This record gives sequence, C-alpha cells and structure tokens, in this order.
Amino acid sequence: MSDTTMRSVAEAADRAPGEHPSGDNRFDLVDKHLKRSRYAQDQLIETLHVAQDVFGFLSEDILIYVARALRLPPSMVYGVATFYQLFTFDPPGDHSCTVCTGTACFVKGADDIVQGVSAAYNVPAGETSEDRSLTLKTARCLGSCGLAPVVVFDGEVLSHQSVQSTLDLVASAVGGDG
Amino acid sequence: MRETRPTVHVSFDGVEHEAFVGESVLECARRCGVTIPSLCFLEGLTVWGGCRICVVEVAEDHRLRPACATQVAADMEIKTETPRLRAYRKSILELLFAEGNHVCAVCVSNGNCELQDMAVFCGMDHVRYDSQAPPREVDSSHPKYVFDQNRCILCTRCVRVCDEIEGAHVWDISHRGEHAEVITELNRPWGESLSCTWCGKCVAVCPTGALSYQGRAIGEMEHDPAMIKRLAVARNRGEWLDPGVMT
Repeated sequence: MSDTTMRSVAEAADRAPGEHPSGDNRFDLVDKHLKRSRYAQDQLIETLHVAQDVFGFLSEDILIYVARALRLPPSMVYGVATFYQLFTFDPPGDHSCTVCTGTACFVKGADDIVQGVSAAYNVPAGETSEDRSLTLKTARCLGSCGLAPVVVFDGEVLSHQSVQSTLDLVASAVGGDG
Repeated sequence: MRETRPTVHVSFDGVEHEAFVGESVLECARRCGVTIPSLCFLEGLTVWGGCRICVVEVAEDHRLRPACATQVAADMEIKTETPRLRAYRKSILELLFAEGNHVCAVCVSNGNCELQDMAVFCGMDHVRYDSQAPPREVDSSHPKYVFDQNRCILCTRCVRVCDEIEGAHVWDISHRGEHAEVITELNRPWGESLSCTWCGKCVAVCPTGALSYQGRAIGEMEHDPAMIKRLAVARNRGEWLDPGVMT
C-alpha cells in the first residue's frame, strides 16, 4: 500500500468526496485522529491504538501508513508496535477467549483452562484457530484476583471459571466439541 | 588550549583525579587513563547503558552504578576493580555468551572482537549457563554487508549510529525480553531496505561478528568503531566547515 499511498497524494485533489485515497475508508478514522493530534510524533502509540481499534490488527500497510503520516522511521514504528503485547499483527478470529494467567488465576487452575481450550480447538495460546473462528489469548493479571480464575469471552468478564464451563461457553458461541 | 570548565575532585580506587562537572564517570576515567571495561558505550554516540559491563562501586552506596550513565559528583569515591565487580562482569559476559551463538572458532570477527576481548580482560574462561542459541536468521540480502542475528548482543550501537550520525534510522529493536532482536525497517530483509544508504557505519561500530562485509572468512572481519569518534568530534567542532563561514 505504500505505493498506493504515495500515488494517492497526487490524486487526492480529484478523488470523489468521502472516499479515502487508499480506497479503504477506514483510514479516514485514523486520519481523524492524526489531524486531531496534529501529527505529533509522540502520538505514535495512541495512533497505533486507534488503527488497531479500526482494523482489528496492525498490518504492514497500516504500520507504513502511520510511519509516513508521523514522519517516523518505519523501523521505529515496528519496534514500538512489537514491544507492547496489546498490539496484534494477525487478524483476530470471530470470537476471542482471553484467559488470565496471573498469579491468583494460575493458582486456581488457569493453565488447565488454557490447555483445555487449546486442545479442544487445536489453537495454541496467543493464536487464532485455522478456521478463524476463535482467538485464544492469555493475559497477565486483569486486576480482578478475587474472581479467579477469570476468563474474558468476547469482551465479557466471567468469574470463577472451570475448564468445563469455559469449554461450554466457547462451544455455545463457536460450536464444535465442548 | 586551557580548559576553563569547572572541575571537581573524584578518586578512582583511592587515587585522586580532577573531573569536569557534567561528564560521566566513564568519560572521566578514560581521560585519566583509568581502565573501566565497557561494551555498548561508544564515544560519539548517545549513552545506552544496556550492557552493564562498566558498572562501578561508589562509596557508601550499595548499588552498582553504570559508569557510562553516571555523572561525576564532588568527592566521589569510585572503585573500578573489586571482587564483587569482577564477579558481576563475568556473569554478564557469561549470560551474553550463553544467549546467542558466540563460538569464536567459526566467527568472521575472531581475533577482532570486542566481546572476545572483554571476556579475556575479565577473565571469563568458561560459561556456567546452558547455551540458549535459538536459531536465528542470517540476513545476507544486502549486496555489501551481512547481518548474523546469532552473534548480536543487542548493544544497539548500529541503531544509534544509523540514527544519530547517518540520520537514516534503518535499524531498531523489535519485540522485548528474550525475543528482542535488531531489525531493519519493518523486519524486512536488509537488502530490500529503502532507507539504507549503504554507508557501512553500523558495520564499523559492531563489537562482534554480527555485522560484517560480504565475503569475509573466519577471522577476516575488522571493525573500526574509532571512525565514529572521529566523525562525531569533527562534526561537533565543525572541522569540515569552510573557515570563512565559521568567522
């Protein structure tokens, strides 16, 4: 897309109103944030967050787009993006299952939950299943240790989970063996 | 020319020296002829403070201080050579050697390697830790240079020299912890890099055999980190400017 971006700068003048030069209108939302932050280079992390919210993940194209917009070296943008665990570089699955593996949840058997889901849907922790239906993630302490073990399924925080309850939950949404 | 900067007294291992206010312990030691081993530090580049080889003891402070990132203070009593420091430096070197593939016998920089020299200097003759050496890619896509991740110690000299002296910022560190690695642009092959100017400063400053010229055999690679000091000093003084312009 870097080539597209460069070309599109010249074409920007005669494009249809409401259409982003890259051909993907989702970039408008990123542009909006960039303009609001006045293209400040120290807005890199915030911009990456916005881009990830918009696209669901950070592709190479998006990283190049952000680097060019903020006039930062691409290697620096890549370095910052890969440093933080909250940024992801693969498209997420339809459903996401995050298991807390912090100390309290670990003691209460979070590892078994991770392994259970991992085995049932053949998806290693931190990755997405082959049919892109489920992303299994682990997190380091969600700050709700009284609810251990905690599972976050599609944004919903669920307390006191067991292997079976988690598998039932995933099965009800994703289908397959529970 | 007489130096007119304000000075303070410091002592290295009991010997009194005069230090300029604002300079680092390492700079002062180098100027006074006191040896403090270092690895990631390179004169002319900003201080990184990552390798911790240059740690020193300061009197009445139980913490070890990195000499490169510690400013001198009045009446500072600095110890550069104690059993504790020797043990720490040795451990750091052993961890570095265990982390990657640092087998000297098959390295392009054998005999011209700062890591090797440092191991000799600190008396590190064996490694107590299991070698990790995860298989990492060797990038020989660049027409002039080769980058061997396995020999990289993440000193970031290449990152800093490319950013600060050349101004291209081709290199950076990606990921973190044990997964940290030096990358070019968006982790693409170096040869495909659009921002690399082929200047070779990164190769000149590399302390190990991680960066080398194409076609070098075992022990044939010689680096030239002093080049960066010459460049940086000359640039700061404006030595290459037209004398007429300088007035």
